[in-house]
Amino acid sequence: MTWETVIGLEIHSQLRTQSKIFSGASTAFGSKANTQACAVDLGFPGVLPVLNEEVVKMALRFGLSVNAAINKNSIFARKNYFYPDLPKGYQISQFEIPIVGEGSIEITLESGDNKTVGITRAHLEEDAGKSIHDLYDDYTAIDLNRAGTPLLEIVSEPDMSSAKEAVAYAKKIHALVQYIEICDGNMQEGSFRCDANVSVRKQGEGLGTRAELKNINSFKFLEKAINIEVDRQIDILEEGGSVVQETRLYDSIKNETRSMRSKEEANDYRYFPDPDLLPVVISDELLEEIKKDLPELPTEKKIRFIDTLGLSPYDAEVLTSQKEVAEYFESIIKQGADSKLSANWVMGDLSAALNKSQLEIVDSPISADELFLLISRITDNTISGKIAKDVFKLMWDGKGSVDEIIDKQGLKQMTDSGAIESIIDDVIANNPGQVQQFKDGNSKLLGFFVGQVMKASQGKANPKQVNEILNAKLS
Amino acid sequence: MSLDNKKVKEIAHLARLNMEDSDIEQATAELNNILSLMDKLGEIDTGDAEPMAHPLKMSQRLREDKVSEDDLSEEFQAIAPKTGQGHFLVPTVIE
Amino acid sequence: MHNLTVAELIKGLKNKDFSSLELTQHYLDRINNSDLNAFISITEDEALSQAKEADKKITKGSSSILTGIPYAHKDIFCTKGVKTSAGSKMLDSFISPYDASVTKKLNNENMVMLGKTNMDEFAMGSSNENSYFGPVQNPWDTNKVPGGSSGGSAAAVAARLSPFATGTDTGGSIRQPASLCGITGLKPTYGRISRYGMIAYASSLDQAGPMTQSAEDAAIILNAMAGFDKHDSTSANKSVPDYTQCLKNSINGLKIGLPKEYFSEGLDSGVEKIVMQSIKEYESMGAEIKEVSLPNSVHAIPAYYIVAPCECSSNLSRFDGVRYGYRCKDPKDLNDLYLRSRSEGFGEEVKRRIMIGAYALSAGYYDAYYLKAQKVRQLISEDFKKAFKEVDLIMGPVSPTVAFDLGSVKDPVSMYLADIYTLSVNLAGLPGMSIPAGFSGNLPVGLQLIGNHWSEELLLNAAHQFQKRTDWHNRSPAEGQGARR
Repeated sequence: MTWETVIGLEIHSQLRTQSKIFSGASTAFGSKANTQACAVDLGFPGVLPVLNEEVVKMALRFGLSVNAAINKNSIFARKNYFYPDLPKGYQISQFEIPIVGEGSIEITLESGDNKTVGITRAHLEEDAGKSIHDLYDDYTAIDLNRAGTPLLEIVSEPDMSSAKEAVAYAKKIHALVQYIEICDGNMQEGSFRCDANVSVRKQGEGLGTRAELKNINSFKFLEKAINIEVDRQIDILEEGGSVVQETRLYDSIKNETRSMRSKEEANDYRYFPDPDLLPVVISDELLEEIKKDLPELPTEKKIRFIDTLGLSPYDAEVLTSQKEVAEYFESIIKQGADSKLSANWVMGDLSAALNKSQLEIVDSPISADELFLLISRITDNTISGKIAKDVFKLMWDGKGSVDEIIDKQGLKQMTDSGAIESIIDDVIANNPGQVQQFKDGNSKLLGFFVGQVMKASQGKANPKQVNEILNAKLS
Repeated sequence: MSLDNKKVKEIAHLARLNMEDSDIEQATAELNNILSLMDKLGEIDTGDAEPMAHPLKMSQRLREDKVSEDDLSEEFQAIAPKTGQGHFLVPTVIE
Repeated sequence: MHNLTVAELIKGLKNKDFSSLELTQHYLDRINNSDLNAFISITEDEALSQAKEADKKITKGSSSILTGIPYAHKDIFCTKGVKTSAGSKMLDSFISPYDASVTKKLNNENMVMLGKTNMDEFAMGSSNENSYFGPVQNPWDTNKVPGGSSGGSAAAVAARLSPFATGTDTGGSIRQPASLCGITGLKPTYGRISRYGMIAYASSLDQAGPMTQSAEDAAIILNAMAGFDKHDSTSANKSVPDYTQCLKNSINGLKIGLPKEYFSEGLDSGVEKIVMQSIKEYESMGAEIKEVSLPNSVHAIPAYYIVAPCECSSNLSRFDGVRYGYRCKDPKDLNDLYLRSRSEGFGEEVKRRIMIGAYALSAGYYDAYYLKAQKVRQLISEDFKKAFKEVDLIMGPVSPTVAFDLGSVKDPVSMYLADIYTLSVNLAGLPGMSIPAGFSGNLPVGLQLIGNHWSEELLLNAAHQFQKRTDWHNRSPAEGQGARR
């Protein structure tokens, strides 16, 4: 039996505002409990919400970035349920008419093919507070600092058919919200959270019953959680059972999903328009203004990297998948470095070194300017590409600037043809057997000679000159 | 539309109000009496009338994104029924 | 002294006929000697110190027009450091940590708050019998209800325990008690006075307003209460005229509409007689009287009693025993905390409305109830729009009857039905007013004035002109209805 997986994602991205969505309390992360929860956030009797302007603008930035229909009259609604970290007994959200309607985004699959994922909607809402269960034995402690933090909930169509596709989509959205500077993307702090709606079906059949996976705070866990849930559902169906529509919590320690029955009971949210808030009207002027302010989006950048810098689609995808990486790369290119060579360095040695030290590119010990200099020393023949790798390591370890290292270590390339000739003469003299074989037609041996010369010059001889002189002498 | 005891219990739970079995008959009767008044709505031909959520045709005003609130947590916690280490406390919630 | 209007007290303070402290002490003594149960809290110490502060300002010449004027504040407005109960056990221990915007505005004038007035719990009721703090007695006949929900405010002003009081009106809660207690009550256009810090019953209907002896006083107090508030998204960003400037305008040629639906069965003949007499009075002042029709006004009761409970069921969810207010003893788990805190903290009528609202919004019923009610609301609003193309003001009764006996109306439905003349004004967001128009038996009858959006000036003008020619508003139960001061 072949099973098909159907996945849709709901992504909650916390908007990068100074103050909350409906109050003037700060949104800064990590403050002492409840010190950033004002009367409005605490839902005191009589308090009222007033909408933050920036939140609307950020939602529009997102909407325009995914070519979505913008609802010029959107409505805030109340989602009613009781939970101790939900102070008013309702969450202000958007229900019938969200600010951002249908749109789409293109993702690149592992095969290199592109796929368009539909975005159903994106709506604004307030976050709840936090319930802390391990502070007391007999009590749950409530911290409402997060209550009222603005969220943009981005809902996709069920267009993904594997965990890998879901991750590719999530990463794409993750990159986008950072590109357009509406979310810091910090998954550890919960600024970017994914819920996955997962179902399976027999090929060609209608949609199966879905489970909603919650509490996924990394891309790695997203992939694992979906795979484990798909397996669970297939097992159930193959044994003749049926999947229950429910919310399931992903447990990353046990690598399993489990039912959250407590959230399931009687979830009749009784949505209705919030009478404390009026319709949000978006003017054409505002939309134009926001359109003008939008930065170059990842997809646009990728196309430019391919078309004007001559990069391969793969390289362009990798370099644009993260805003900071693209910025780093571009600041090298802007100074006149060769684009292909620069791409190789950023995606190769730099990326490997960053991964090894678990650093983000913004924290790289080698700045874009320094890497530019290193690349320049290759192209101006001061050092060879191979030596450059050694220089890079020394730079990484803080052993000095590019030129200091080259000087100090005497790594400058040998370009004096007289000196190279004398080394070559020595190599030819010391290897008469190989010289004979070469002359008898074994042209592959040229590499051997080059290697010997490079070794004798400690890697400093200019490889191009070595090749030329060797060819002349051996022919 | 008329309510039965089971529905009344469900609604009471949604609203987090106690509904003792001993009170339910009376509560159901009373609510049905009131609802008979509301059921008149069903007889009204509202044609294509727009649902009216607000008495005035105004649009939402937007607030500048600025932190304007001070930390009053001590005053707020002083009137809370139960607090500890700066938190509001409730009986343990089982997830 | 206690029979003086606010306008007269302002003059008295200015002329140093008395100090704010003397005035305040006088009212406090009257409150302390009253058995009407009009107040939930008497803020004696705060009042005396506010009065002293006001006197200093007056002496220094840095006072504003209302400095030193005492008033009674409905216990639905948050007052920092003072219990704000909304008439509920739920908030019996709630000392508000902040001031409502209206409270702030009155404080900024250095007015003197005498106390917080009794009310139906969370403003739900038409008789003040739904207060956790016990019913208020009507000062005209202590066996009768004062009306509600602003019953404490109305009784306090009628009994001259306070020069004026604040009120709130969601479905008639200013106008009906004003009518039943024989005072002047104004519910302004929705959005005229900030709702911030006014404990919400039904957010799209709630509106604060002044409860006074006269229309002139209502104008003076509205000047102080009205205005844009950035903390309330539904507050209108619209300039506030000086409402006292329009009072003297002639109403010759004013077109007054009488909705035929307001004079049909159910209206007590004694009340009808007084209302018609007042209309005659207007006619004699040169007003043109015309019949109009508000065909959908009969649907106001079901529409209101869906919309208001829906909003209140959600508005009152915040009372959960977690952050403030009543928490049940020794909750055994979270569900127990919710159920018992809410069931013990709320009174019967509040619970009833929460249940109705939760039901009307629940899956499968939303369209038939909530959405349908919103459509009917639109029709009601359009009726008024049409009528105001023909007339300037609409007049009619406030309440179908005069004040009824305490404890006499036990069935909630009968109580709801009595709101028939006041509800549509809230549904449409219009300004409405009740002014004393006479007596039926020994009980006062109010005349209702309804204007188009933002027509408070016209309402106050028409009311003031009536009060220049009549003295019903000057009668007080202290002196008896026949007695004039």
